Amino acid sequence: MEKRGHIRLWIGFAGLFAALILLVIWNINAGSVHLPVSEIIEILFSRTGDNAAIVWNIRLPRIISALMLGGALALSGFLLQTFFANPIAGPFILGISSGAKLILSLTLIGFLSRGVAVSSFALIVAAFLGAILSMGFVLAISLKAKQMSLLIIGGVMIGYICSAITDFVVTFADDANIINLHHWSQGSFSGMSWSNVGVMVIVVIPVLICTFMLSKPISAYQLGEVYAQNMGVNIRLFRIALIILSSLLSACVTAFAGPISFVGVAVPHLIRSIFKTAKPIIMIPACFLGGAVFCLFCDLIARTAVSPAELSISSVTAVFGAPVVIMVMLRRQKDHI
Amino acid sequence: MDYYISTEHMTVGYDGVPLIEDIQIGVSRGEILTLIGPNGSGKSTILKSMIRQLKLIAGTVVLDGHSISELSERELAKKLAIVMTERMRAELMTCWDVVATGRYPYTGRLGLLSAEDRQKVDEAIRMVHAEDYAESPFDRISDGQRQRLLLARAICQEPEVIVLDEPTSFLDIRHKMELLDVLKTMVSARNVAVVMSLHELDLAQKVSDRVVCVANRSVDRYGTPEEIFQDDYIRQLYGIEKGSYNSLFGSLEMEPAEGIPSVFVIGGGGSGIPVYRALQRNDISFAAGIIQENDLDWPVAHALAAEVVSVPAFQMPDKAAVEKAKELIDRCGSVICCTDTFGECNQACKELREYAVSRSLLTEPSELFEKVKKEEK
Repeated sequence: MEKRGHIRLWIGFAGLFAALILLVIWNINAGSVHLPVSEIIEILFSRTGDNAAIVWNIRLPRIISALMLGGALALSGFLLQTFFANPIAGPFILGISSGAKLILSLTLIGFLSRGVAVSSFALIVAAFLGAILSMGFVLAISLKAKQMSLLIIGGVMIGYICSAITDFVVTFADDANIINLHHWSQGSFSGMSWSNVGVMVIVVIPVLICTFMLSKPISAYQLGEVYAQNMGVNIRLFRIALIILSSLLSACVTAFAGPISFVGVAVPHLIRSIFKTAKPIIMIPACFLGGAVFCLFCDLIARTAVSPAELSISSVTAVFGAPVVIMVMLRRQKDHI
Repeated sequence: MDYYISTEHMTVGYDGVPLIEDIQIGVSRGEILTLIGPNGSGKSTILKSMIRQLKLIAGTVVLDGHSISELSERELAKKLAIVMTERMRAELMTCWDVVATGRYPYTGRLGLLSAEDRQKVDEAIRMVHAEDYAESPFDRISDGQRQRLLLARAICQEPEVIVLDEPTSFLDIRHKMELLDVLKTMVSARNVAVVMSLHELDLAQKVSDRVVCVANRSVDRYGTPEEIFQDDYIRQLYGIEKGSYNSLFGSLEMEPAEGIPSVFVIGGGGSGIPVYRALQRNDISFAAGIIQENDLDWPVAHALAAEVVSVPAFQMPDKAAVEKAKELIDRCGSVICCTDTFGECNQACKELREYAVSRSLLTEPSELFEKVKKEEK
């Protein structure tokens, strides 16, 4: 048993890494300018060639963004699922992404209308405030609603309200950037710069490490609050840490790529079924990798399916993610009978 | 008294509203303290307050000479383990994994188990005899197995106190006994103090060293099982109005049938008990006799019969008793004789049987029930 578990672990991680590398290469390769693998390798190592600019200035930043933000989304979903003891919780479903989007739009419009440029960090702070705001509402609902589905419905409603207000604000704002804003509010990895990538890495990687260091109390918390407390977890501090970490992650994603649906729910679930465990010490790195793979895959489709036009990333993630959510709910139902 | 864990003027409740005030209870290592009392009386509230799950409204809980509120989370976790009624969420975990979570306070930053930890987990699983299903998924095992594993989990936490909230609820009698047996072993082998709540009075009486009775939002009594388990007191504690409780046997009898007795039951030596209960079930009022007050039948006859002809313990029935019984037989109009062994001490019963035969009043329980059913129709 023990042995078999280890083999599954190795195969799982090896598979994820292989998929990641494959998708990175494929993502560099595919697009309006088709690049063969030999040329990619040459460009990557020498930085020269006719298409070096395409790879280095457009495709690579986009790939790294999809990788980072996809991982962040999946991890945020895992944290929220742990926090609410609810397998279909996630930043998008609970309206946290939409809250971040709302405050972000307000900030953007506020600054842009005065002709002030907004830094990436300011955007993250705004998105974080929005995420925390939504989280507050979701928490209030969770105190009243003990049922799993009620919490989700509450979150979806919060999401709708935030989106409605965002639409309202966007409609009445008068700026050429609105088109940009509108594009962003649909969710997309396009137009990422290296400085964006830098900020992402600075936010996401420390959060990932912090989360990993919390894997022991997370494992205790998974058993239920009563037991976690008896095992020596300071529940209050731990809950605050979980809220901050998951909000930071979803805020970072929303600030750069807009709201992206279902990754947060689908990936942790898929990872759990692949690894046949819910142990945080495995789930945290695996979810991050899984999210990266999932988003690279979806972004590839978003870019290439109807090229030269581009799909919004959320449409693609929804197609692959939503069925997983339905599957999870049906399986829960079966388990309860 | 030198308690290992005790409460000093503890007041417990929710949201600052006191529910039970000034609780003073305690238990030493190697002892079992049991909380009994009706549903909703506050047993769980007391337990949750003692494990720092609920904030105290007043007073302190003292654990090994220190106030529990001064201990760090980790220190407390090394001293105190729990088995609560809250369902444990153990997604994709084997039973072994669940037991291993007991090692939490001893593992490092990332919670990795050392060889010693693994050995202790195995040991705890052996102690509760759960080796056979240690590798099964935790959410696929029975209630009885689950409780045992949760106990194993508490054991491998190597605590000095274990607090259990109704650990035997939902278990069948075999699993109840096995669980308490393991607990007893823990107490004697590892010198652990146990605080628990139980619904089964008979078991509480047998395993506890001290008993706390919680009722009407107060600690009503606190003492040894011998002091607590008295028929009238238990009746009063639980507000039993219909039926009665026999504390010596830990058995409950239903409310006796009403009306004038229509059958006389000759019993003795325990032979009468099933018949008494069958009559009660069929709602037939009956009289019983002649029973010595140290007879096995006596407590049940006393609880269920409309009338009992009895004689004091260790005394032969006298003429008066026999006359009284005969007169009752005449009044009842039918007789069931439960015993066919007649020795020196129950010659009077033999005489009653013959009396019934001579008047052809003797009947079998089954005949009687059929007759009653026909009459009802």
